[in-house]
Amino acid sequence: MRIPCPYCGNRDSSEFSYRSDAAPVRPAADAPVAAFHDYVYLRDNPAGPISEHWYHAAGCRAWLVVTRDTRTHEISAAAIAQEFVR
Amino acid sequence: MRNALSGHKKWQPAWRDAAPREAYDIIIVGGGGHGLATAHYLASVHGITNVAVIEKGWIGGGNVGRNTTIVRANYLLEGNEPFYEWSLRLWEGLEQDLNYNAMMSQRGVLNLFHSDAQRDAAARRGNAMLLHGSDAELLDRDAVRKLAPFLNFDSARFPIEGGLLQRRGGSARHDAVAWGYARAASGRGVDIIQNCEVLGFLRDARGAVTGVETTRGAIRAGKVGIAVAGNSSRVAGMAGLRLPIESHVLQAFVSEALKPVIPGVITFGAAHFYISQSDKGGLVFGGDVDGYNSYAQRGNLPIVEDTCESAMALMPMIGRARLLRSWGGIMDMSMDGSPIIDRAPVDGLYVNAGWCYGGFKATPASGWCFAHLLATDRPHEVATAYRLDRFATGRIIDEKGQGPQPNLH
Repeated sequence: MRIPCPYCGNRDSSEFSYRSDAAPVRPAADAPVAAFHDYVYLRDNPAGPISEHWYHAAGCRAWLVVTRDTRTHEISAAAIAQEFVR
Repeated sequence: MRNALSGHKKWQPAWRDAAPREAYDIIIVGGGGHGLATAHYLASVHGITNVAVIEKGWIGGGNVGRNTTIVRANYLLEGNEPFYEWSLRLWEGLEQDLNYNAMMSQRGVLNLFHSDAQRDAAARRGNAMLLHGSDAELLDRDAVRKLAPFLNFDSARFPIEGGLLQRRGGSARHDAVAWGYARAASGRGVDIIQNCEVLGFLRDARGAVTGVETTRGAIRAGKVGIAVAGNSSRVAGMAGLRLPIESHVLQAFVSEALKPVIPGVITFGAAHFYISQSDKGGLVFGGDVDGYNSYAQRGNLPIVEDTCESAMALMPMIGRARLLRSWGGIMDMSMDGSPIIDRAPVDGLYVNAGWCYGGFKATPASGWCFAHLLATDRPHEVATAYRLDRFATGRIIDEKGQGPQPNLH
């Protein structure tokens, strides 16, 4: 797999660290425990397109949100995590 | 003998290729090792034979045919070791129970260690195994050299200091395990229905599961158990459940057939690498999961490179063997690295999932405990820790201490 890093261009996936599904959002500090349980442990685990965090450790060190199809490994988009619009 | 000498035309099928009936007492979704074992023990231990196993592909075509066939019970934690020791005992009597040659071979599993800290951890784990009635031996460097003289003992970076040996561990023939369970279950009246994919669950007015909608029509059931590791999130999702699981791809490799060179199963303690030799002679080995969510039954080259580097670091002689093929399977990687055998929070639905990449050795006990749960509605005593709600209650079973990051377990 090559990941199209917005800063560095197409780079091999071995330059990146993987940090899973980007969909879960940290609940507010006063949210009930059940909300934190969902956030930490439960996943949609889709068979199809997923937006996920990759960290370009051996490159620009930016966190990216990469959109990838889990059935084919095809990557359709990559954005800087801070600029990613959910 | 007569069948072998008559063009192989007179063999009887090992199990009936059943068509779905309208209703069953219990439906098991997933005709892999765990689903078939569950059906066998439902019939043979609990006397429940009005059971269907439904499989979207064919028997032996999923993860039960894609693993590296290792059988062991070398866990540390209280929630795990009694379960895996029970599994190993079932393995030891499996061929007599099924009247089928599963080629179970207790040739030993050796976990190497490369530092004082790793020796301490191995001794602690070995003691835990002994306390739970399993077997373990701590070997020093010379004892390992006797067992496996071909290892790289002179590595300056990862010197082999010794190993933790479980002599009762070993390997079995994965396909034969699936076929043996299928044959035994079918012989007791269980319907094994292939090419039958679940599309959804039938629910009653209260929301309880009352059957499954499939590509071969609706089938009603008193209880439905899912044993579809790799696809657990997808199937449970049809009942509105979200699971603490991610699907990841794990690759495995086999070399061309060689004369016997490797005595048992050997694992590298400095990187993730394990190897054994099949009865056909191929060196069967593997390493880490690729590390990203995947439902594609194939991996990528960085892990091929990583696995081969680990192999060369541990046993340089492997560099002369040629790779025959590699493949990938989809693992249910759970949030704490341990499995789930429990009732779902939906009436009538039962979950067997989250086997990470340790499902094969668990096959007999998984089937035994899932059958017990389905038949009695109570968890079996060696599987009480495998609760679905343990992530909410804090009773996680994190063998490696990695925290909720499935790709690291």
